[in-house]
Amino acid sequence: MITDILKASVAASAIRLATPYIFASLGETFGQRSGVLNLGVDGIMLLGAFAAYYAVFETGNLLLGVLAALIVGMLLGLAMAFISVTLQAEQGISGIGLYLFGLGLSELLFQKTVVTPTPIDGFPRVNLPILTDLPVLGEIFFHHNLLVYIAFALVPISAFVLNRTTFGLQIRAVGQNPEAADAMGISVARVRYMTVTIGGGFAGLAGASLSIALLNIFQSNLTAGQGFIAVALVYFGAWRPYWVMGGALLFSTVNALQLQVKTIENALGINVPSEFAVMAPYVVTIITLIFASKRVEQPTALTKPFERGES
Amino acid sequence: MAIVRRFLNTSKLVNISLNITLLLLAVGAALLVGSVMIMLMDADPIKAYQALYEGAFGTTNSRAETLVKATPLLFVGIGICVAFRGGVINVGGEGQMIIGALAGVWIALSLDTVPRFIENVPINDFPQITVVTLSLLAGFLAGALWGGIAGVLKAYFGVNEILSTIMLNQIALQLMNYLLNGVLLDPEQKDRVNRIPKTARIEEHAKLPRIDWFSDTPTRLHAGLIVGLALAVVVYILLWRTTLGYRIRAVGQSDRASRYAGINVKRQVLYSILISGGCAGLAGAVQVIGLQYRLQTDGSAAGFTGNAGFNGIVAALFGGLHPVGTIPASVFFGALLIGAQSIQREVQVPASLITTLNGLVVIFVVSTQIFTKRLTKRRASVPPQPTPATPKSLPALQEEAAK
Repeated sequence: MITDILKASVAASAIRLATPYIFASLGETFGQRSGVLNLGVDGIMLLGAFAAYYAVFETGNLLLGVLAALIVGMLLGLAMAFISVTLQAEQGISGIGLYLFGLGLSELLFQKTVVTPTPIDGFPRVNLPILTDLPVLGEIFFHHNLLVYIAFALVPISAFVLNRTTFGLQIRAVGQNPEAADAMGISVARVRYMTVTIGGGFAGLAGASLSIALLNIFQSNLTAGQGFIAVALVYFGAWRPYWVMGGALLFSTVNALQLQVKTIENALGINVPSEFAVMAPYVVTIITLIFASKRVEQPTALTKPFERGES
Repeated sequence: MAIVRRFLNTSKLVNISLNITLLLLAVGAALLVGSVMIMLMDADPIKAYQALYEGAFGTTNSRAETLVKATPLLFVGIGICVAFRGGVINVGGEGQMIIGALAGVWIALSLDTVPRFIENVPINDFPQITVVTLSLLAGFLAGALWGGIAGVLKAYFGVNEILSTIMLNQIALQLMNYLLNGVLLDPEQKDRVNRIPKTARIEEHAKLPRIDWFSDTPTRLHAGLIVGLALAVVVYILLWRTTLGYRIRAVGQSDRASRYAGINVKRQVLYSILISGGCAGLAGAVQVIGLQYRLQTDGSAAGFTGNAGFNGIVAALFGGLHPVGTIPASVFFGALLIGAQSIQREVQVPASLITTLNGLVVIFVVSTQIFTKRLTKRRASVPPQPTPATPKSLPALQEEAAK
């Protein structure tokens, strides 16, 4: 797999590596637009990744793997909704709790079932008629596994749902002004339960895209903090699906470049310490957040629990 | 008057005992979930928890190891108390620990190897107390600086501190990897083909002394624990007996009310994360000069911190966000982490069970806070206010959005 990525062009692997970010941060966008910050995405991703990996490891059925990750993710999303909506717990801290829970449990289950990281047959690349055979473009855009296409397809779908449907309007109303939404007869709790559960499902898929499509393996802390990046990407992308996708591509491009840092060094004759290459997207994100926070309004009710008759 | 005062006192007592009950319930619930998980893995929960207890407290050495494990949690946890009390969610403990460790080890090493700062003073004449104090100070300052970046970004640029501290964790990690492969690399490793990224070992007089007066056999318990205990008291005094602490807590309670009271909110935000980052930085420096005697990386943050940056949050929450309460809480979680290894040995349940339970404890603790909130509100005996019928004005909404 590693050599596979190295052989492919940077652009192609950047698109591929963007998959987990896109899944996770699109899901997080739904939750945050409705006013709930779920910081436990990384924990959900880890458990989703394990569920998918284990299902495929046992049955070899890839669809079953996706389904397992989706269900596990939605259940954890539901739990997070209960914690942050019904119990009104501080969202940043309970998210850290969910992260630790997922980190520990996924490793625990792995050590109790599979023990050693064993590669599995994940999603194969799809060969599209004509398109895949296009020179250069074919390799970059039309030679990926199914989950990559699903992730990118979800971007316009999410934008449509958020901006053009009644449900999307309810989500934005609940996130912007829960008191008014409540007065209009929208159940704030119901909308938030739905968005956070959807977000959990997406995070589960993000995990699956790592364990049964990109890396085809599971090990302890497989995500290495990608879920936290996904949360940051939502701020980075100013709660808009297309911008979020742009942020995901930025991160994945740097990841892809980093994999080929030696090749690039040889080609250009410059010597960049790989640590700085890895550091770069984080620095870029911080700088973007500085500018974004001045110009873009975040959902007013973000991280604020809603209770009738308060404030 | 007397009746009122007595009422206030009892209500405070009731509150504290309620809080403690809820915390114990949270742990009880987590351990209960743990038992179910252990049973699902075909092991005996009673045996498992027995192994945990024995592993953590059974021998002199295990008790010492528990305290060694608790020390970084205590430092980070004390810092978290300040930050959370000030309304700043600092989740950058990992990065602040790393930067603190880098600064601490740099001072400890450079007083030996780098050209002498002062003419005619042979290195070994630097007394241990000077070198150690300088290292710890450097660790505190560096951690404070690293936290301060997030503080400035939050106070003056409106950047969410949760996000910036997470980013800064990653940046700190890469900085450590870079420095340990470069300028800080052990000279012995330089010529090797497969280098291990680690610094040279620090000299005797740069080490925090071990505490060995309580047992005949040597343990790894070191004076860092005493520094931590002292810090807990200092931070307690700072938070509840000084103006600075009062202001920090006021801002944490309500930044709007604080602003009307004439408190410079931005500055308090910055102060609270500076102190918080400093405490985490101290944790890193103490790990290096008290325990490991060198800084070494396996490429991940947890490889050095052992997740103390996150587990310190757990300890602080469990200690009721009170520096002194964080002391027993840290020992408790230190014991869990040490005991986890014996669980793995004795009943073949992976040690990651404890990480899982830690996560549950956090969730349970923050989830039960609603009950204390409800209860205190009822007791406050304020007649229910009618909900304002008019929606908020546009400027008010914008102001909230800008926060």
